Amino acid sequence: MQISINWYLLLSAVLFTIGVLGVLFRRNAIIIFMSIELMLNAVNLLLVAFSSYLSDSKGQVFVFFIMAVAAAEVAVGLAILMSVYRNSKSTDINSLNKLKG
Amino acid sequence: MTTYLFYFLSFLAIMFALMVVLSKNPIHSVLYLVLTFFAIAGHYVLLNAQFLAAVHIIVYAGAIMVLFLFVIMLLNLNKETEPHKSLWLKGMAAVASGSLLVVLVGSLKNAGQMQAAAPYNGSIGLIENLGQTLFHEFLLPFEVASILLLGAMVGAVMLGKKSIK
Repeated sequence: MQISINWYLLLSAVLFTIGVLGVLFRRNAIIIFMSIELMLNAVNLLLVAFSSYLSDSKGQVFVFFIMAVAAAEVAVGLAILMSVYRNSKSTDINSLNKLKG
Repeated sequence: MTTYLFYFLSFLAIMFALMVVLSKNPIHSVLYLVLTFFAIAGHYVLLNAQFLAAVHIIVYAGAIMVLFLFVIMLLNLNKETEPHKSLWLKGMAAVASGSLLVVLVGSLKNAGQMQAAAPYNGSIGLIENLGQTLFHEFLLPFEVASILLLGAMVGAVMLGKKSIK
């Protein structure tokens, strides 16, 4: 291992922050979903970095589980978005204020 | 050599991730996200996790992003229909995430230098070792994950139906 783990920590922090920025910055619900994927991947990268650094394969197995959860989340989330689009004819999150009362 | 490759892949990943957030057209966002995933897969190869890199490409770039692309094309989203936040809110979003980055980097700066495991084992990312760990220590979570995927599949079909009788 030639690269210090601190560089991976920094890279993951930056990628995670870009994901947070995407959630705050955009109004399209699909782009917000993609930003959440970006945040999950930042965490995955850090898990793999630590697993490789400590020579422990448990971290990489955790990444598999995160991938399975991400796949389930995307399938259900996109189905919800489709039904939202069918009702309101847009994926703008500002139109989702019906629960406001 | 490895160091330069690391800097190059990190630059690509951050660049493309920023383009995901900043590009106006949702289709371009999806394509930039695929490129980000390829850069992250390069990082996995660099970290000696070859099998995970292959799975990452297959699952993320091959399955999840194609699903996103299908939905965007099905809903016919493009540059013209793309909603935008006001400039003030965009500025506040940039300030908020910038402060988050400052806090994260500030707390990481004081983190102590960690020592790598003494006998470095470069073969933990191979499929044999991963399979041993997955099917010995993580057998129950593995089975629970299959139930989760089944539930997600049923839920997606139920939500995707036109009307539930």
